[in-house]
Amino acid sequence: MTSARASVGWSLLWSWLHLHLIWTWWSWNLPADLQLMLEYPFMRGAFEGGTIVAVVAGVVSYLVVLRRSSFAAHALGHVGFSGAAGAVLFGVNPFFGLLAFTTVSGTGIALLGKKATHRDVEIGTVLAFMLGLGLLFLAFYNGFATEAYSILFGDIVAVTTSQVWFTLEVSVPVLILLGWVYRQLLFASLDEEVAEAKGMHTVLLGVIFMLALAVAISVAVTVVGVLLIFALAVTPAAIAVRLVKRPLYAVLLSVGIALFATWAGIFIAFYETEPTSFFIVTIVFVMYVIVRATPAVAGLLTPAAPPVARTKPQPVAPYPHTDLRFPAPAGAPAVPPADSEPT
Amino acid sequence: MLSGEVARADHLEVGYRGQPVWSDASFSIRRGEFVAVIGPNGAGKTTLFRLLLGLVRPVAGDLRVFGAPPRRGNPKIGYVPQSHAVDRETNVEAVQLVRLGYSGNRWIPNLTPGMFRAEQEATEEALRSVGATELARKSLGAMSGGELQRIFLAEALASRPELLLLDEPLANLDIRRAIELVELVHGLVRKRNVATLLVAHDINPLIRCLDKVIYIANGRVATGLPSQVLTTESLTELYGVPVEVLRDSRGNLVIVGGEDVHKDPDA
Repeated sequence: MTSARASVGWSLLWSWLHLHLIWTWWSWNLPADLQLMLEYPFMRGAFEGGTIVAVVAGVVSYLVVLRRSSFAAHALGHVGFSGAAGAVLFGVNPFFGLLAFTTVSGTGIALLGKKATHRDVEIGTVLAFMLGLGLLFLAFYNGFATEAYSILFGDIVAVTTSQVWFTLEVSVPVLILLGWVYRQLLFASLDEEVAEAKGMHTVLLGVIFMLALAVAISVAVTVVGVLLIFALAVTPAAIAVRLVKRPLYAVLLSVGIALFATWAGIFIAFYETEPTSFFIVTIVFVMYVIVRATPAVAGLLTPAAPPVARTKPQPVAPYPHTDLRFPAPAGAPAVPPADSEPT
Repeated sequence: MLSGEVARADHLEVGYRGQPVWSDASFSIRRGEFVAVIGPNGAGKTTLFRLLLGLVRPVAGDLRVFGAPPRRGNPKIGYVPQSHAVDRETNVEAVQLVRLGYSGNRWIPNLTPGMFRAEQEATEEALRSVGATELARKSLGAMSGGELQRIFLAEALASRPELLLLDEPLANLDIRRAIELVELVHGLVRKRNVATLLVAHDINPLIRCLDKVIYIANGRVATGLPSQVLTTESLTELYGVPVEVLRDSRGNLVIVGGEDVHKDPDA
């Protein structure tokens, strides 16, 4: 019985793969396909909105990875959900509610947890309270399942021209601000104590980072939704930092990855019935797995390097200012005992 | 102020929330002096650094750094803290951190080619002076403890400080690496004439390089030449309980009695 059911599942999967990967609906003639797509206003909106979001999220995600703030990114997404729920309840544009809740919570978290690396408790506390508010809003209002759904999982093809403009209006100032403080923020993220001693306002920089994160999360929610926020706010940079060691290149690569995943996701979703967010998340995840697996696979394929010849320990006096050596017992190597300590 | 004086403390007292950490500290540090700050855990060694950096204010007494009250962000001070955010996952090449040590506090760096060249020269010089030129492109996450300490030192040196504060740079290093680092720092102190304060638990790797010792224990501070401070009499007075300074055949010191000492029940 179970095997019969399983075989039905497998044949379904098999035919799905045939339909979607081998007999694709697109023609593999990219310019022609794109031209066709861009004749639809909703596709133009999706590409424009997706591009802005990918750039902002790509830049911010590098700082998220560097500052180990993925929990903050996760929390702000959920906080934003409550904000959107509240805005719907009061008949306001959900995006305003999202932005208001994420920026206020982000600032609060940055001020409560002064050290960037020890914020888990503050974030968790703020998150729980904000989700509680979200629950209250949901309890008051019981007719917006579809809106909640689009906030949770994103719906880029539903983006309107005015939304694209609004996304641009909040994203450009954030990018300019980040460009202005980029170097200080990098320093404060890599070496917070030295940055503080050098007279930099590490708390203010933390607030600026959280504000930028709040805006990035808010705009990314329209594309991938609250639950899949990591796909654009964390993973692109997590891939990039494994490939390049220079911060500027890592930011550019992270933006590139976010752009590629967003564009490709929208492109595929045009021909498929599955939601766009699913494709974006899958593309990013596959890239991440490849990057993580490549060194391990390469290590398996290449023959083990011959063991590095251990340099013979030189007989050195344990302390340079003394020339004292212990008299070596007859036949023993002339190494003082203190040198045999682990190095 | 004497010429060549980097820092001077007069009956300095410091505390947190009304609780004194230590009091009545008087010392002076001159250009090109190599000073060890020694004492048990929690004695307030890092607090001394935070005072000099202008991150905490003294409760009483007077502290002058370069002839003025300490202020945050003094470019003449290079600082290597004990803890860093860098770990195995930090895939950033070392030279980037050293560059940040030079210009990381500027909003917009390198507006002109001249500024860019100045930064590059300062970075290269700092890396060269710690013998880490070949580590410039290596990832911070892939470095050993000794290599990381040299990069942090280069980061602090990049802004060409006249006072260097090193907080426990020898922690997590084995004895051979610790001695290498002490020799490196000692060479820098002599070559660059930069006054250096080094916090350490163990005086022994440092003892022959030192010009001065600041010994913090029991809420009090003793300063002076190593031969004056590290004696049975002076440490007994500092701790207020009998302390004995023992010397082994190689000149290493062992301080007995100041902290919890295991007592032989048969004695």
